[in-house]
Amino acid sequence: MGAGLNGGRTIGDVVLDLQGISLAFGGVQALQEVTFDVREHEIRAIIGPNGAGKSSMLNVINGIYHPQQGTVTFNGVTRHSVNTHKAAVQGIARTFQNIALFKGMSVLDNIMTGRNLRMKSSLLAQALRVGSAEREEMEHREAVERVIDFLEIQAYRRTPVGRLPYGLQKRVDLARALAMEPNLLLLDEPMAGMNVEEKQDMCRFILDVNDQLGTTIVLIEHDMGVVMDISDRVVVLDYGKKIGDGTPAEVRGNQAVIDAYLGISH
Amino acid sequence: MAQSDTISGGNVDTFPLLLLEHARKQGNRIAIREKDLGIWQSWTWAQVGNEVCALAGGLAELGFRRGDSLAIIGDNRPRLYWAITAAQCLGGVPVPMYQDAAASELQYVLQDAGIRFAIVEDQEQVDKLIECRERSPGLEYILYDDARGLRHYSQPFVRSLDAVQDLGCGRIGKQPQFIATEIAQGKPEDVAIMLYTSGTTGKPKGVCITHCALINAARGGCAFDRLGADEEILSYLPMAWVGDNLFSYAQALVAGFTVNCPESGDTVMTDMREIGPTYYFAPPRVFENLLTQVMIRIEDAAAIKRGVFHYFMDVARRCGAEILDGKSVGAGERLLYALGNVLVYGPLRNVLGMSRVRVAYTAGAAIGPDLFRFYRSIGINLKQLYGSTETCAYVCLQQDGHIKLDTVGIPAPGVEVKIADSGEVLVKSSAMFKEYYKRPDATAETMDADGYFHTGDAGFFDQDGQLKIIDRAKDVGKMASGALFAPNYIENKLKFSPNIREAVAFGHGRKMVCAFFNIDIGAVGNWAERRNIPYSGYTDLAQKEEVYALVRECVEKANAELALDPALCDSQVHRFLILHKELDPDDDELTRTRKVRRGFVEEKYAVLIDALYSGKTSQFIETQVKFEDGRSGKISADLRIEEAKTYPSAAAKKAA
Repeated sequence: MGAGLNGGRTIGDVVLDLQGISLAFGGVQALQEVTFDVREHEIRAIIGPNGAGKSSMLNVINGIYHPQQGTVTFNGVTRHSVNTHKAAVQGIARTFQNIALFKGMSVLDNIMTGRNLRMKSSLLAQALRVGSAEREEMEHREAVERVIDFLEIQAYRRTPVGRLPYGLQKRVDLARALAMEPNLLLLDEPMAGMNVEEKQDMCRFILDVNDQLGTTIVLIEHDMGVVMDISDRVVVLDYGKKIGDGTPAEVRGNQAVIDAYLGISH
Repeated sequence: MAQSDTISGGNVDTFPLLLLEHARKQGNRIAIREKDLGIWQSWTWAQVGNEVCALAGGLAELGFRRGDSLAIIGDNRPRLYWAITAAQCLGGVPVPMYQDAAASELQYVLQDAGIRFAIVEDQEQVDKLIECRERSPGLEYILYDDARGLRHYSQPFVRSLDAVQDLGCGRIGKQPQFIATEIAQGKPEDVAIMLYTSGTTGKPKGVCITHCALINAARGGCAFDRLGADEEILSYLPMAWVGDNLFSYAQALVAGFTVNCPESGDTVMTDMREIGPTYYFAPPRVFENLLTQVMIRIEDAAAIKRGVFHYFMDVARRCGAEILDGKSVGAGERLLYALGNVLVYGPLRNVLGMSRVRVAYTAGAAIGPDLFRFYRSIGINLKQLYGSTETCAYVCLQQDGHIKLDTVGIPAPGVEVKIADSGEVLVKSSAMFKEYYKRPDATAETMDADGYFHTGDAGFFDQDGQLKIIDRAKDVGKMASGALFAPNYIENKLKFSPNIREAVAFGHGRKMVCAFFNIDIGAVGNWAERRNIPYSGYTDLAQKEEVYALVRECVEKANAELALDPALCDSQVHRFLILHKELDPDDDELTRTRKVRRGFVEEKYAVLIDALYSGKTSQFIETQVKFEDGRSGKISADLRIEEAKTYPSAAAKKAA
């Protein structure tokens, strides 16, 4: 990794605290008493075999699922009821494993949707492009352009997302999430299905986002090389239970984790 | 420009003086634009003058002295162009380098030129130079333009250009006459720039070019094509290439026209459409790629559009170039062409971003006649010029209305060209390089006592006094039959097909010509998709039977054309193969300007050449490759070898 990584970024206090989270779908226990926290500015990875409950965990943080037991505390506020909209208002953005973009819309318009929450003027004002709405749109466009520059997708502004290769669609998905200017960014398998070069690019972008924008990141990833390289701390789930938690080195040395996931140590 | 008023009298014969003059005379006109965050930002000549002075002041403050060299590495960014002028203000020598060169390649130049200061674009280049600095500690400062990702670099020798310009403003504040005094000390015979030749053979050499030579070349070129301050150009070619230096820097400063820097390498096509340059310069490869992209899109278009396109392209092929040259063409054809102009050529020029192009040049390598004719036939005034780094890319130019497909035009104003007995082209001009840096032996080798530069190209003048270049003098060989063998000429013919990206022909001392090919993965991949031919990557696709058939078709078409020319009839390609990997500068198979290193390729793939000539139908090969991240791996494949149909010569046919 490049010189000066982690150099200026100081990991702060706990921003997201998950205590004893249990989630069940009928008879299926997706998560059992999972407890962990995420600190400000860190890159926190969630790993585990298929069906371990990783995406469910992300969905809990994101407000899609409400856990039957346990508490979620974000920025010091414990949630009682939450939905995705509230989570977004609180500054949580995410990308999706299967890319959730409008395939027929241009890259620019897709990223613009990420600004949706920040648009103040009314639908009518926007439709008529009255003065304030137009000014606002220009501000949002500037924010979007900064993201486009950041993720180096200038060449595709006007291209419909559906025509882009998979790796670039993933990048646009990230751009849309970044356009929200989130405090906490949830990435669901950002490298899935990518080739080596695309993975390297994505790693660089994630590190840049974390380092330069100071965004706290929680990510799910299957590529162990990537996880070990870029995360500050890793939590390991297996059959809905937490079986390991710590720095990549600690997790790598944890026997329960090795048995469950990484296979026999070499 | 406060300083400018103090410089008076004398000729404007160095680049800093040219800049000051523009800042004074047309200070409010746009000198340079750059697209940033989706919007074109512009700087007037007066602003550029101030920016350059601040930069020069800052460099001086850091200890840059007269005679020092300044490395410049990066994409075409306004501040990197200003860095050239800033170094020249202080009597230093800017040395632009290829931005895609690996650290080890940069290292050689850094040491050879004794570089203490480097101005680079971004983190990527800073990282490379930090690596270089470990082995050549002579590099004192690395100054960067784009701060992204560099926040945590705490090394004291890594600084931002903003900081340097602030230093410079401080210096100028204390000593307002400082820059003007420095500029006044510059002489036209000082070295203005040092460009390292890509070197198809041996280590690169630093070509020292003086202000006076480069300004002569630029003035001559501007006068020849009547270029004025109203031109718009897009600067996207590597700054280390003499072509970019002449067009985007020297001519821009001489004529005072506007230079536009694209947003990034990937957006050139879009940016070109937005700017609509009036003057355009590109090596043949760019024109080739543009054509390939157009053809891919046409093949994907609906049947009606495709039909219309092909119909009118046939019309253009028949009469387009003649109409552009102002020759007489029948009224019926003219009418058809006018219709085609509305339906096809106009929109096509627009897609290519060439609607406003008044003069376009190509140089750097020989352009395939068919490719050349394509652009001219759709109404783009594409012309060829001939030159090299040593001659400031200024030897021969084609005149409007006197365009021939296979010549490079007449000697430019102020240039004398003669042909040696060996067929080599010799040049004497006022736009000649001074010397190779620290290489008097090499200088003496190419520059004879009478002041003629030996270009290393073989050529002759045709009956109209236009120079025709056949090939590199050392590449031109003889076949076993004694017939002329000009590999580049054959390869360019083969490469006109959008499906063929690279061709390497062999035949010197042999009884027949054989060739290697690289297919164009974009064009052929698209073609394969449309035919539902599955493939996993380049190596797999290249060995498909259908792809071989496709390439054979192209080879046979070229053979048919070669058969028409009695001198080249023996050069028809008999046997060929498609390589399992793309020839790559990282593997030393191509130069950074993407010319084939013939000798190297011949040696590396000797086993394949043997197989071609021994009549085998396939050959196994394993090759070491370097990936972009510096790791290396192996690619192996069993390559098919196929034969192509050859044709009897036109003369033989007549006899029969």
